[in-house]
Amino acid sequence: MTSISPHADELAAQLRKRPLKRPLESIIIGGLTLCGLTSFAVTALIVFTLFGETVAFFRDVSFTDFVFGTEWQALIPPKFKYGIWQLVAGTLNIVLWSIVFALPLGLAAAIYLSEYAHPRTRKILKPILEALAGVPTVVYAFFALTFITQDVLRPLLGTDRVPFFNALGASLVMAVMILPTIASVSEDAMANVPRDLREAAYGLGATRLEVAVKVVVPAALSGIIASVLLAIARVIGETMIVAVAAGSTPNLTLNPLATVQTMTGYMLQVGLGDAARGTTQYSSLFAVGTTLFLFTFLLNVGAQVIVRKFKEAYE
Amino acid sequence: MSLRSEPMDLHATGAVARRQLASRASRYVFFGATLIGVVVLLFLAVDTVRVGSDPLSIDFLTNYPSRFAERAGLRSGILGTLWVMVATIVLAIPIAIGTAIYITEFAPRNRLLTLIELNLANLAGVPSIIYGILGLAVFVRLLSLGPSIIAGALTLAIMILPMTVIASVEAIRQVPPSMRDGSLALGATRWQTVWHHVLPGAMPGIMTGTILAISRAAGETAALIMVGAAGFIAFDPQSVTDDFTVVPIQIYNWTTVPNEDFRALAASGIIVMMVFILGLNLAAALIRERFRRY
Repeated sequence: MTSISPHADELAAQLRKRPLKRPLESIIIGGLTLCGLTSFAVTALIVFTLFGETVAFFRDVSFTDFVFGTEWQALIPPKFKYGIWQLVAGTLNIVLWSIVFALPLGLAAAIYLSEYAHPRTRKILKPILEALAGVPTVVYAFFALTFITQDVLRPLLGTDRVPFFNALGASLVMAVMILPTIASVSEDAMANVPRDLREAAYGLGATRLEVAVKVVVPAALSGIIASVLLAIARVIGETMIVAVAAGSTPNLTLNPLATVQTMTGYMLQVGLGDAARGTTQYSSLFAVGTTLFLFTFLLNVGAQVIVRKFKEAYE
Repeated sequence: MSLRSEPMDLHATGAVARRQLASRASRYVFFGATLIGVVVLLFLAVDTVRVGSDPLSIDFLTNYPSRFAERAGLRSGILGTLWVMVATIVLAIPIAIGTAIYITEFAPRNRLLTLIELNLANLAGVPSIIYGILGLAVFVRLLSLGPSIIAGALTLAIMILPMTVIASVEAIRQVPPSMRDGSLALGATRWQTVWHHVLPGAMPGIMTGTILAISRAAGETAALIMVGAAGFIAFDPQSVTDDFTVVPIQIYNWTTVPNEDFRALAASGIIVMMVFILGLNLAAALIRERFRRY
């Protein structure tokens, strides 16, 4: 076999000898790999911390008392009670009423943006709407307590019916906070509904409203459900609004005008009090935290599974 | 049949007219619903500026907190926020960008990669107060860092890591494959390709995502309260091991005092914080519009 020129062989030999990676490069790539694995370390840290202290908690408090108990009295001696349901009820109260207000508005906003708005209008409106999610929650907390409760709800419904700390004020502000989550995720789902479906409906004489409500919304239903799950996860995990505006009295009720304490509200109360390590109070923080973590984890995973299935359906 | 018939009446009547009317009206109903959240927030913002502009002054920015409303200021909050922000950026951003590069450029396309991405998506959904008790248990207690700036920054760094990675991955994936192919074909190594072509192209997107994550950390309250930053701080931090407080926690403290003067102070604090956070968001938006390449 002869080569084209004597230099070609030489060049090829040189190229073969030249390392594909420079020596420094494998160090860099090793570093990047380590970075890639840090997220597992974070997850492991969360899981070990939560479960480690939760195990310590269940040395002091029986598991059945915690899971089935309906009275929570962790900070006032002498009789401590650790039944999680009062705190879960507080959280569910806020979830229920914030979704009641946010779902119709968020869905309407999604329908407007996806089915009615001119592309230019949507390009302006959507970022403005999404900015609502970027407002720090301590600001929402301030609004809930001072403006919504003191300036609107109490004068409007009567100071005897509306306590200073109440679930409704927190829920109303929470609804504004989760509006963009519902609107944005639902709108994405609606935008993914194939054009053919709409045009078939128009061809049959449907109006724009009928196309939106009877064709697009049902077709995007799984995405809408996912948006609500994500919104619920945000409500459950939100701390400042409920800690400031809903109160710190555990209460087993779904009444929006009651003073309630949520799981997050309790955790913040303990955090402010500087509980000593090794006490049941300190470990109760992690038992409640684990409960909260499990709720939000299931909701987030549920939403992801639904979104993924939905994407496959139209591809 | 005559050639010139009466022009046909195309206006619908009866049920069809009602359906058309409902459809036309629905546009305004849906539009109104879209604006309601924004309008409510705008109204609240105006009210906050009205209530909060009164105590707003140079003294308010340079005074330490106080039991007396007329002497209370944001000094330690502002300094604490700046210290924690800088430390958080230093801790989180290199690892976040490194993770994003690994995911998009170097990780083998296998189950592990899927797992990494799923894990990040779930971490992004973990409530901030959970990061707070993690910081309390691990950094404050286990590593004995106390309620210090570094403990707070480590907590916030872990909190913003997932969203920064997700935003950076998205930005890097926007860089067209042809850029990489061209560079590799000219004999560049994979790292040279990433460093000289992929990263510069993705930088505006990475910056935007990073700034948004930082603005979330700047407004974070619950996680830092758990770490113990809610104390009364009347000195300037000198190092990362010092105790601290931040602007949102000051706002929280003033909000919970049942007194009109402190309510006004909280409103002033909100004005200061929102100017800072809106500034960050504006910068993010400008970078996205001005430097976007792909």
